[in-house]
Amino acid sequence: MGFLTLASLSKVYGDHAAVRDVDLSVAKGEFVSLLGPSGCGKTTTLQMIAGLVEPTGGKIALDGRDITREKPNTRGLGIVFQSYALFPHMTVAQNVAFGLEMRKVARAERDERVKTMLGLVHLAQLADRYPRQLSGGQRQRVAIARALVIVPPVLLLDEPLSNLDAKLREEMQFELRRIQQSVGTTTIMVTHDQAEALSISDRVVVMEQGRMTQIDAPYRLYERPATAFISSFVGKMNRLDGIWRGHGPAGTPQINGVSLPCEQASFPDGQTVALSLRPEKILLRSQGQGRLDGTIVNRFFLGSYWLFTVETPVGALSVSVPNHGEEPAGEGDAVALDWTPVSLRVEAVTATTGAAA
Amino acid sequence: MSRARSALTPWLLVSPGALLFLALVIVPLVLTVILSFHVYDHGTGIKNEFTFAHYLAVVTDDYYLGIFLRTLRVAALTTLLCALIGVPEAYILARMRDPWRSVFLLVIIGPLLVSVVVRAFGWSMLLGSTGLVNQALEAVGFGTVKLLYTETAIVIALVHVMLPFMVIPVWTSLQKLDPSVEAAAWTLGASRFTALRRVVMPQVSMGMLSGSLIVFGLSASAFAIPGLLGGRRLKMAATLVYDEFMHELNWPLGATIAIIVLVANLIIMLAYNRMVEARARRTLG
Amino acid sequence: MQKNGPIALAFHTLVVAFVLAPLLVICLVAFTPENTLSIPTTSFSLRWFREIFVHPDFVASFVNSLWLATLSATIAIALAVPAGLAIDRYDFPGRDGLNALFLSPLIIPHLVLGVAFLRLFALIGATGSFTWLVVSHVIIVTPYVLRLVLAALSGMDRSAEQAAMTLGASHWTVFRRVTAPMILPGITGGWLLAFINSFDELTMSIFVTSPATVTLPVRMYMYATESIDPMMAAVSALMIALTAGAMLVLDRAFGLDKILVGQK
Repeated sequence: MGFLTLASLSKVYGDHAAVRDVDLSVAKGEFVSLLGPSGCGKTTTLQMIAGLVEPTGGKIALDGRDITREKPNTRGLGIVFQSYALFPHMTVAQNVAFGLEMRKVARAERDERVKTMLGLVHLAQLADRYPRQLSGGQRQRVAIARALVIVPPVLLLDEPLSNLDAKLREEMQFELRRIQQSVGTTTIMVTHDQAEALSISDRVVVMEQGRMTQIDAPYRLYERPATAFISSFVGKMNRLDGIWRGHGPAGTPQINGVSLPCEQASFPDGQTVALSLRPEKILLRSQGQGRLDGTIVNRFFLGSYWLFTVETPVGALSVSVPNHGEEPAGEGDAVALDWTPVSLRVEAVTATTGAAA
Repeated sequence: MSRARSALTPWLLVSPGALLFLALVIVPLVLTVILSFHVYDHGTGIKNEFTFAHYLAVVTDDYYLGIFLRTLRVAALTTLLCALIGVPEAYILARMRDPWRSVFLLVIIGPLLVSVVVRAFGWSMLLGSTGLVNQALEAVGFGTVKLLYTETAIVIALVHVMLPFMVIPVWTSLQKLDPSVEAAAWTLGASRFTALRRVVMPQVSMGMLSGSLIVFGLSASAFAIPGLLGGRRLKMAATLVYDEFMHELNWPLGATIAIIVLVANLIIMLAYNRMVEARARRTLG
Repeated sequence: MQKNGPIALAFHTLVVAFVLAPLLVICLVAFTPENTLSIPTTSFSLRWFREIFVHPDFVASFVNSLWLATLSATIAIALAVPAGLAIDRYDFPGRDGLNALFLSPLIIPHLVLGVAFLRLFALIGATGSFTWLVVSHVIIVTPYVLRLVLAALSGMDRSAEQAAMTLGASHWTVFRRVTAPMILPGITGGWLLAFINSFDELTMSIFVTSPATVTLPVRMYMYATESIDPMMAAVSALMIALTAGAMLVLDRAFGLDKILVGQK
């Protein structure tokens, strides 16, 4: 039994199911992300945990207590809204103190706790400013401070970084994790940004069309995506369709007659299979020195790595190569691709979804 | 806030106002309609019998018809002039840079907050036989012109009062227009005039229509301006109603005219809504 | 858009002159030392302003109008703020109809409202009552307040209310500590707009006032139909000054163009 448990949680609007049968058990102190494209139900799930949306089915339990029907003002959770939702007519200090005021904390203790929390988020000097005088990153930290100062059992974050520009987003990502770890609060974050989710979560829950499709630690989610959708949503992926030639484990996948060494797998002869290979798992070698020959069609420089599109007999493949300082092969060059067989994943293709059977 | 915290809450919040408005808008209007059907006797007053006589009188008697005609004429003229002046002015305002734009917008629509009595009085000072306009004309060499107590005076003052009601909707619809749309038309070869005609005017047409209807409705039911600038001889619908109520004491007849004014206004509103819906259907599909 | 050319600016100047002419004339004539309407050229005098105070009926009407406007604006706020909350935040049967009812005085000519109230008051014996006069003004000014309150409510960030709720605030506390302060500009703007509209109102009031309850605009109208003298100009100048003051406050607090033109 986890600290926060969702059991068969559902939300149906008319004939549209926004969230279907979500089961999740979050341990105390854990940082879990709900990841998925817009419309997948992640925000609705968060709102149900917060009490802002009433579930149509299922239960929510906090530390053993059923809070499914409790009102949002009695659940005592800390919530950071996507727009931060700061009170524009109150100063930073007053904003952060609000939750404590509602809990009738004495003035002296309130001021002390607010001061400590503002120190934790590095905003001590801005205590008397108003939200309109702050930058986006600063406002976000006020929102976090306001949610954490009440020492909530669970912290809920709704796309906390989406309103920040790219550079700030990266910084705040790690800042967020640092704050969460120092306070030790169980946290659930909703995001559509897979890089964000992977970098700071203990576990990631992927949601598609209202359902959870995979729950795993970030590393395992990346290396072993459960569905075709997840494999291309999380990180970049080369996906090709081929046919398994040969019987069972002795066989090998083929595309256009070319055999490709792959991970340990077994399929009946003639089975349509989906092959996936991450761009960073492919090595660029000189022509003839690899498993597959090809020609570079496109080359992009992305700072810490190069991204190539290589045309091969089995199709076009994306290859990413770390930037070692020297300029690598250019457009039009003939090259060869190499990979360790275990990096090439194979799945059977079912007629309907094309996803793993 | 959560939806159905208590299904009772909205009703509790809305009932004081709702009850007041039901009692003091719907009820008095119904009473007025009923009043218009009461018989009136010059000797005994309002009798508890009913008749269509007032409605008949109003549409057949030359005296009343003349007043209605004048009301329509004045309202139409005012609307036309407001459009001719207000639409270009709105366009000019929209092209101004701040701070001028905000300042002049305030200048144009600020007078809405000044009582109509004051503004009518101002015009009676300007247009009187010893008023400033005539003083200026005399100084230049033209003789005096009788302006006060003419339809001209009424129209001039009405245009002054109604101008903001034309400028506001036109200005609003111009705000919604992306300024680069006009520039796009130029780069595609349209002359300034053609761009105005083909690109800006269609956008503005809804605002102009809305403004015209407001101006027409308000002008037709105007009281202070015909009262102060038209004098006792040039009556319009509103001053006629006042006459019937306060001097003739023929309340039912006064109510009849008032109801006709109300119905005319409602028909205009309805027609406008229909046109807006039709246009929305056409452009949005 | 291109800049305005010389023709456009000339046209604009004429329009502005047209709009300001009667108001300027009033303000100038109010200071004339002469007995007749004339523009003061050599000396300015306050005699006509002093003349006002010798007319107790004008002073009384001014006080009437002040009370009337203050009361109706305040009552309008008390009605429109809860109604606005109900209409903006809840979905209940008849909501659209009620919204239309509250805004209806805007499209009913004041002439018709005057006649209707006159009839009602006559039937219930309320003729000449100041209280019922206030009620009639409340009906007229409430739509202005409601429009501004609705605009303020729909324009505010709702997540601030949600945040307050999740931090433990009850519904009443959320309204008191978060919603009300955030819509305060709308409420104040509404009050001022209601005040001005009540203070200025003539057409309906002239049907409903009695000798004891005559308001300033009605008094001025009566006076002006008989004679035109500089004292009227002085009273008018004072009214313009009052309006200009209110305009400045409204503009600073909210932006006059937003109030009169509506949110974009």
